[in-house]
Amino acid sequence: MDIFIQQIINGLVLGSIYALVALGYTMVYGILGLINFAHGEVVMLGALTAYSTITGLLGLGVPLPLAALAGLAVAALLCMAVGYTVERVAYRPLRGAPRLAPLITAIGVSIVLQNGAMMVWGRNYHAFPNLVPERQYDVFGATITLLQVLTVLLAALTMAGLMLLVLRTRLGRAMRATAENPAIAQLMGVDVNRIVSLTFVLGSALAALAGLMVSANYSIAHYYMGFILGLKAFTAAVLGGIGNLAGAMVGGILLGLIESLGAGYIGDLTGGFFGSNYQDVFAFFVLIAVLVFRPSGLVGEKVAERA
Amino acid sequence: MTAPAASPAISPVGRTPIPARVWAAYAGLALLLALLPCLVGGVLGLGNAWLRTLNFAVLYVMLALGLNIVVGFAGLLDLGYIAFYAVGAYLYALLASPHFGLHLPAWAILPAGAALAGLFGVILGAPTLRLRGDYLAIVTLGFGEIVRIFLNNLNAPVNITNGPQGVSGIDPLAFFGVSLAKPVVVAGFTLPPLAATYYVFLLLALGVVFVTLRLENSRIGRAWVAIREDEIAAKACGIDTRNIKLLAFAMGASFGGVAGGLFAGFQAFVSPESFSLMESVMVLCMVVLGGMGHIPGVILGAVLLSLLPEAFRYAAVPVQKYLFGHVVVDPESLRMLLFGLALILVMLYRPAGLWPSPLRKRELKRSTS
Repeated sequence: MDIFIQQIINGLVLGSIYALVALGYTMVYGILGLINFAHGEVVMLGALTAYSTITGLLGLGVPLPLAALAGLAVAALLCMAVGYTVERVAYRPLRGAPRLAPLITAIGVSIVLQNGAMMVWGRNYHAFPNLVPERQYDVFGATITLLQVLTVLLAALTMAGLMLLVLRTRLGRAMRATAENPAIAQLMGVDVNRIVSLTFVLGSALAALAGLMVSANYSIAHYYMGFILGLKAFTAAVLGGIGNLAGAMVGGILLGLIESLGAGYIGDLTGGFFGSNYQDVFAFFVLIAVLVFRPSGLVGEKVAERA
Repeated sequence: MTAPAASPAISPVGRTPIPARVWAAYAGLALLLALLPCLVGGVLGLGNAWLRTLNFAVLYVMLALGLNIVVGFAGLLDLGYIAFYAVGAYLYALLASPHFGLHLPAWAILPAGAALAGLFGVILGAPTLRLRGDYLAIVTLGFGEIVRIFLNNLNAPVNITNGPQGVSGIDPLAFFGVSLAKPVVVAGFTLPPLAATYYVFLLLALGVVFVTLRLENSRIGRAWVAIREDEIAAKACGIDTRNIKLLAFAMGASFGGVAGGLFAGFQAFVSPESFSLMESVMVLCMVVLGGMGHIPGVILGAVLLSLLPEAFRYAAVPVQKYLFGHVVVDPESLRMLLFGLALILVMLYRPAGLWPSPLRKRELKRSTS
């Protein structure tokens, strides 16, 4: 039973990170109908920038909380700039082009970001500093660390803030209008290009936060971390219903739970034939199953098939 | 989308006599292809590394032509194509290596690899028939990753794939008792192994080219194009879209399977690392950059993308030394960085590819005017 609760806790932490990244996919998809393949790479950039800033500041004798905040701020700013640039340079000129073109460009962008990061930070794994004191709490026989509590809380707060922004502000209304129908939104006086840029910027800021969280939780940052994370977050977005904010959160948490429970129990279920090294397979099976049986996701309403 | 019915979209082909200069061009091309190993190895003195690269280029031509059936003809975006290559390669590796102690002949394994990969193609295709575009791309990507994860982990508790270490000591390709790992004597000439392999690969690649050319203008090929252009209309015209799509997946996959088997026999070593998503992306880029659905374009794309990065690998270090006095950036990541940039630039400025088919070019012109 302790293992069960432990896996639930791990799944929640993992899931809230997935959810944050998934929001970036879902917002862009909702507005442009484009899968921003490079989003995972933005997460990676966030993690590595935060790593460099924090370790650099710590080396200068800056106290840890301040360094962590500065790391987050610098990472968020850089990611926002990158997100904005990518949209302007690679995606905007291709709006209305055949659908394969933006997909290939997105792959190109992600290759560029990944290898750019490799040039700057090298191929090595970087040990991410501990951001919060290592405190543990006992929950029904399982342990939860302070870092895990903070991760879930911070993710929940961010998502609540985003929901408020989208549902309660003028900007949010403009975003929803653009997602509904860009042409008519334009007629109603919405600057669609500005909204798209803002969506990318906002999603990239969330990605930076998620990158910091991943690296803090797993104490590691490296140039290749964005790829698989992005793929899983995308799965989460699809699972919940892509284009749907609430869906991304539900999908993220659900995928985190599926993964950690699956990894925890697959060994017992298959008599030791499959081990926890198959953890990554779950996400892909979930992805395929959802797309095949319920392409609109668990939360999303039926959408017209996009070719 | 509604084309004026006055001018037929496809002009009648096949019955007009081929002009002499086209024949001359073909003859020149044939001569060039036949003498290429001599040129590379002997005249230019580039050595074995380049001969290997040349062989890989021919392999990639086969792969790209296989993927072109799925992506270019049928318009089904496949990001997991390398999985079929992996299936062919691993089948060869397992059936002709000391790993299981089996040493079946190549002529038996290669067709088996094609069949098994084709079966995998159907397995992948069947559940995804309703999906199109990005969604299909993502599912196929997931499929490719699943295959790779299994190759990586199927070494315990029963050792099937030997896990991340891969399978080594694979028997070299041999046909009719002639091994391609030793110098081959043909009519008094002694061909070094790499050149002999080149000719075998070239022959098979030409076979693939022939098959795809014939397919393109067959009923099936036209049905694929119809599905690519408008699936609903194709269905309304009485095309069995389900079977035709499955056929595209199966045929594309089986070409991948053959290429995989050749790869395993040529390398004498396979490991899951060779079948990453990046490889799928690479082959897709060959198809798209060259000119989707246009066979000469796809061949051009495959040759360019397999030779240029290699050339770059050799050039990057000396150029940097010349300019800065020392190596500033890792040539490998610089190479990939430029590759990514090239993808973006080509998509921005030539979205139909470097050498698009005349038909597609016309379509694009019509839609922009």
